[in-house]
Amino acid sequence: MSMSLFRTCPDTGLKVHGPAESLIKANAVVAVVFLALGGLFGLLVALTRWQAVHLLPADLFYLALTAHGADILIFWIIFFEIAILYFASAILLNCRLAMPKVAWLAFILMLVGALMANVAVLQGDSSVMFTSYVPMKADHKFYLGLILFAVGALVAVMVFFGTLVIAKKERTYEGSVPLVTFGAVTAAIIAVYTIASGAVILVPTWLWSIGLIGEIDTLTYRVVWWGFGHSSQQINVAAQVSCWYAIAAIVLGAKPMSEKVSRAAFFLYICFLLLASAHHLLVDPGLSSEWKVVNTSYALFLAVLGSLIHGMSVPGAIEVAQRKNGFTQGTFGWLRNAPWGNPAFSGMFLSVVLFGVLGGITGVIMGTEQINLIIHNTLYVPGHFHGTVAAGTTLAFMAVSYLVVPLIFRKEIMFKKMAQWQPYMFGLGITGLSVFMMAAGTLGVSRRHWDMAFSDATMTFDYPPAVFMIMALNGISGIIATIGGGMFVIVIVASVFFGKKRGEEEVKNNPIVHQGGGTVAAHGSAESLHIPGTIVLVSLFFGAFVLYYFINWKYLSEIWPLS
Amino acid sequence: MAITPPENRLWWKEPLHGIETIWITVGFLWGLFMTGMMVYWHMTGEQNLSNEAYRVNPDTYAEKVEAAAAQYTVREDEQSGIPVVHPPAGSDVYMLARLWEWWPILELEKGKEYRLHLSSLDWLHGFSLQPTNINLQIHPNYEMVLTIKPEQTGDFGIICNEFCGIGHHTMLGKMIIVE
Repeated sequence: MSMSLFRTCPDTGLKVHGPAESLIKANAVVAVVFLALGGLFGLLVALTRWQAVHLLPADLFYLALTAHGADILIFWIIFFEIAILYFASAILLNCRLAMPKVAWLAFILMLVGALMANVAVLQGDSSVMFTSYVPMKADHKFYLGLILFAVGALVAVMVFFGTLVIAKKERTYEGSVPLVTFGAVTAAIIAVYTIASGAVILVPTWLWSIGLIGEIDTLTYRVVWWGFGHSSQQINVAAQVSCWYAIAAIVLGAKPMSEKVSRAAFFLYICFLLLASAHHLLVDPGLSSEWKVVNTSYALFLAVLGSLIHGMSVPGAIEVAQRKNGFTQGTFGWLRNAPWGNPAFSGMFLSVVLFGVLGGITGVIMGTEQINLIIHNTLYVPGHFHGTVAAGTTLAFMAVSYLVVPLIFRKEIMFKKMAQWQPYMFGLGITGLSVFMMAAGTLGVSRRHWDMAFSDATMTFDYPPAVFMIMALNGISGIIATIGGGMFVIVIVASVFFGKKRGEEEVKNNPIVHQGGGTVAAHGSAESLHIPGTIVLVSLFFGAFVLYYFINWKYLSEIWPLS
Repeated sequence: MAITPPENRLWWKEPLHGIETIWITVGFLWGLFMTGMMVYWHMTGEQNLSNEAYRVNPDTYAEKVEAAAAQYTVREDEQSGIPVVHPPAGSDVYMLARLWEWWPILELEKGKEYRLHLSSLDWLHGFSLQPTNINLQIHPNYEMVLTIKPEQTGDFGIICNEFCGIGHHTMLGKMIIVE
């Protein structure tokens, strides 16, 4: 491979492979387009569930909800994740990307698939929601689009693994791969079995949609589909945690407190997440309590343990780095003096906190067999996953974009003030969406429902009056989140296409990469760890977790006895 | 740094700080406790979903529900015209889900236990009994049987909370609890 395909990054000194860089750009740009599209559909959904506005008619509401789920949960996130995989392999390992032509083929397959699914949904005959439960039938293009997309993603993951093999063989790095690459490997391994589960269920469903298969059992569909639908969320978690570590390293020079602990935590994700998908089936008939408890207890809790560990390792690494950088006053001097005006940092930190508090705690609680009875299919569920996927993953990806633009696109960030406020705006909006949906869900309000006043029904039922106010606040939060998302799209698109080229002068005056580095003793954390602030934060988090866990048992104990 | 290979090539031999060991132990034990809590609730808690379910043909199920309704119908609901069925306390009671209704309306007595049978004749539906807030997934071809004991009197709404097409939001049923 000719050296002319490489440039040396003036910020990091890393050798950057041209084709890898182009592929990262292409995948990231398309990802942002789907974020913008899916985000707008999300706004329409939030404005329709705001009963006083009730924007869309029923058919368009269900269409918009299907498009919102597919565009955000699949297309935005996975396109961006492919960019992260290429970055974590070719760039971080100083290596050429394996088979760039194949990677372009993967990109085209994914793009064609995503467009095909979008066309099917926009034509109006595929409003089947992201989950597309049989025997509700979408247009065959919908399933085929998803299959093509998944095949493309699988090919891209293989390119990633191929790159790791090349890097090892050509000795482009010393010792073990960086932690961020290890996290990306985790995401990629989970992606393989996720996509395999997806193929097992979506291929027969596609064949059924064109009339080649007679019937698909609804319970089998749900069991296998969630092997795909839930595991794919764990790809997100692994990728987003990798972004946390990467941002802390680049912005603050943070080093993992312990490589061993952080890597073990990633490994727990790989081992336990597929089984834990069972927590979607806790109130389904035909599955035993033993099966439900086994699959959602230690299978889930050991994966949760992985996240709990990162929940201390990431802020801990930041605290250690900040103390090394000179912010040693008191318990929280390191946090007060963090670079809150740098959207890469603020976005990352908000992502850590919101993911843990809004997404993490609630996920464990609704994954508890009996408690699921009071939560299943209520608005609590989307409330929870806006805490994980929007506040956690999307915000982390937005944050890392503020580094990708200068480092990979070699462009200065435009509209710096807007960029500074963007993570706060988006974080605030998503927090509102998450909290208000969970509040309405606690009061029993159904998810995926056009009219909680039931005006077209032949009978009448009234939810507690408070839910109408809660869903109005949810609508306002949706507007705030959309503004925050819009600010992100404007800043990124403007910077990528019209930003000032990042030359030598910018590298000198506006360094992106922290020059400190190496903040913990070379031999582990045993002798040098001083993280009082992190201990306080983690203790508060754990206290809230335990308290809220028992509050939900209390709620459960108040419903009618069932056996 | 996290974006460079570990400085210590033998990173897996590095010792751990006590605080990390403590946090990992706390997380592990908390998981054990949460597992135990589910088992404990099966033994002592009053809200556990039964494991009883049968394979059933939708037509067969519809016949069973109609037969039970024919036997115990006491009146028709004024709004919807759907029969109100008042089965004997302690008996097996039947309800079906279909696009887009819950049929029939069950009238049950407070404080009595009933074996409630639920299944769908067509698509997936969600049984959301409000305001007590009990939520179940209803499948076609599977007959779920659970024992319920109503604790308050009044009209309870049954909202479909699994998306089932364009009429989903009109799919509203009722359960009436009397003294």
